[in-house]
Amino acid sequence: MRLRDVSITAWIGILGILLAFFCAIFAPWIAPFGEREIVGGVWEPMGGAYLLGTDNLGRDILSRMIFGARTTLSVAMAATIISFSLGIILSFTAAVSRGWIDQIFSRFNDLMMSIPTLIFALVVLAALPQSLIVLILVMAVLDSTRVYRLGRAVALDVAVMEFVEAAKLRGEGRIWIIFREILPNTLTPLLAEFGLRFAFSILFLSTLSFLGLGIQPPAADWGGMVKDNKDGIIFGISAALVPGGAIAALAICVNLVVDWLLKRTSSLKGGRGDA
Amino acid sequence: MTDTTETSALPPETSQRRSLGERFPLATLILQRLGLSALLLFAVSVLIFGGVEALPGDFATTYLGQSATPQAVANIRADLGLDRPIVTRYFEWLGGAVQGDFGNSWASGNSVSEQIGRRLGNSLFLAFFAAVVSVPLAVGLGMLAVFYRDRVPDKIINIVSLAAISLPEFFIGYLLILFFAVNMRIATFPATVYDSMGFIDRLQTIALPAATLVFVVLAHMMRMTRAAILSVMSSAYMESAELKGLSAMRAIIKHAAPNAIAPIVNVVALNLAYLVVGVVVVEVVFVYPGMGQYMVDAVTVRDMPVVQACGLIFAAFYIILNMVADIIAIVANPRLRHPR
Repeated sequence: MRLRDVSITAWIGILGILLAFFCAIFAPWIAPFGEREIVGGVWEPMGGAYLLGTDNLGRDILSRMIFGARTTLSVAMAATIISFSLGIILSFTAAVSRGWIDQIFSRFNDLMMSIPTLIFALVVLAALPQSLIVLILVMAVLDSTRVYRLGRAVALDVAVMEFVEAAKLRGEGRIWIIFREILPNTLTPLLAEFGLRFAFSILFLSTLSFLGLGIQPPAADWGGMVKDNKDGIIFGISAALVPGGAIAALAICVNLVVDWLLKRTSSLKGGRGDA
Repeated sequence: MTDTTETSALPPETSQRRSLGERFPLATLILQRLGLSALLLFAVSVLIFGGVEALPGDFATTYLGQSATPQAVANIRADLGLDRPIVTRYFEWLGGAVQGDFGNSWASGNSVSEQIGRRLGNSLFLAFFAAVVSVPLAVGLGMLAVFYRDRVPDKIINIVSLAAISLPEFFIGYLLILFFAVNMRIATFPATVYDSMGFIDRLQTIALPAATLVFVVLAHMMRMTRAAILSVMSSAYMESAELKGLSAMRAIIKHAAPNAIAPIVNVVALNLAYLVVGVVVVEVVFVYPGMGQYMVDAVTVRDMPVVQACGLIFAAFYIILNMVADIIAIVANPRLRHPR
């Protein structure tokens, strides 16, 4: 793949994602104020000392946005990585073993997917103690059902190929077949799916935080910032739209890259658009 | 979502059922699907009740705080009936739920069913009007995109819908509020409805939340419609219709439309299922007195009877709409009636 093969829209997406990660990594050095520091009046307008204004407690929105990138990205990324590992390992095991293992995993997956993700998360979060690890695990487990479905479909296609048969005949174990034969041959569609799931995780985390069930204050997080500042909307104060816009922009950027990846691999079918 | 391969995975049936199945293949298949959904619903109820009970975390300790004495915790648990075995409580709950009685809220002590009865209507009202607007719009735009495939209108529709998929619901909601309710003052916020409200007033109040919902499902539905029509249009029989000299109009009406109806209806049903869930966030944004708001409020105070009841109802709607999508697909496509 050469650099000029990357389409303009994909470049926009890549730049947006890089910017967000840059903010997340170097947050303490580039943020003008502290994350929880009250620096001015309530809801001061944009411009001047506070580039994006101040929030409902008088904290600098730009600084909180930069620190929020750190929380939002790391939680979403952790959830996506766990959901991917879980979904892929289970789905590949199912595809390689077939038989009753496949039946049990797949039927249970159907059951999990028959409850809408957000509703399921609400029910589970109502019962579990509120902590960051619980939040990440709940997001990961719910999301892994989608990964499982795609992973199984893709792996089944590859599992019936001759080279897998050859590997089985020469006596390779199940672990070898999963990681050395199937995984390398399904990497591109899975990479696109990873991007898609990551975008979904960002949106999902923000939605949960917005509902007050995600990341708890005073930690800055984009969804939670929308919730903090939503009362300003009635007075025409657009502070809530800044983090909202950032969530949207980041999700669009990821989708642009995914869209380009998907176009490159026209062989991929199914598993999309199912939030 | 259940996939069609499941039917073929069923074990071979007895000779008597087989003959019945051969005489009424369609009815048998639909009955099977209904049975499967009932089974699924039962399993979901077990998951929602049993799963939650199995998780750590306890209303009594949350309610009394960390410093509660064991005696106080035990008293509350006895009050709420939590000290009895889980299987007994599950069947009591399920028995009540089937009769429309979801017990009393832990937080307020009021009847859950009464609250839900009032709020479910509001939520369905909102979802219904969002559907009435978004379904024709999505199908129309999807067709437009196919008609101008790979030309400017298609590309614009593609980019805009890709962006719309990425927008969180609350962002769209607040954008609409800021623009229409605050700046232009032509819409009302918050969207509070009450019982004595007239129909026209009600419609006016839900204009913004409904618009938000339309926006959220429109992009999904349109992209899926476009893909569904495209896959029909690129099939071999459409090519042969063109090659044998049929006019484009005739080819579409005689050959494409009957085959495209099933996937499009399927797309619509799937998105209606999505709509029912989408109301949760939109109701919170617009402070609309519906099921979603009720559930979110209950989750924050860990009011389990309310959470379980709302969860079960939302899941039931989702499963039933998915089932309808499946059945319509079977009815519209004879090939699915005789799985190989």
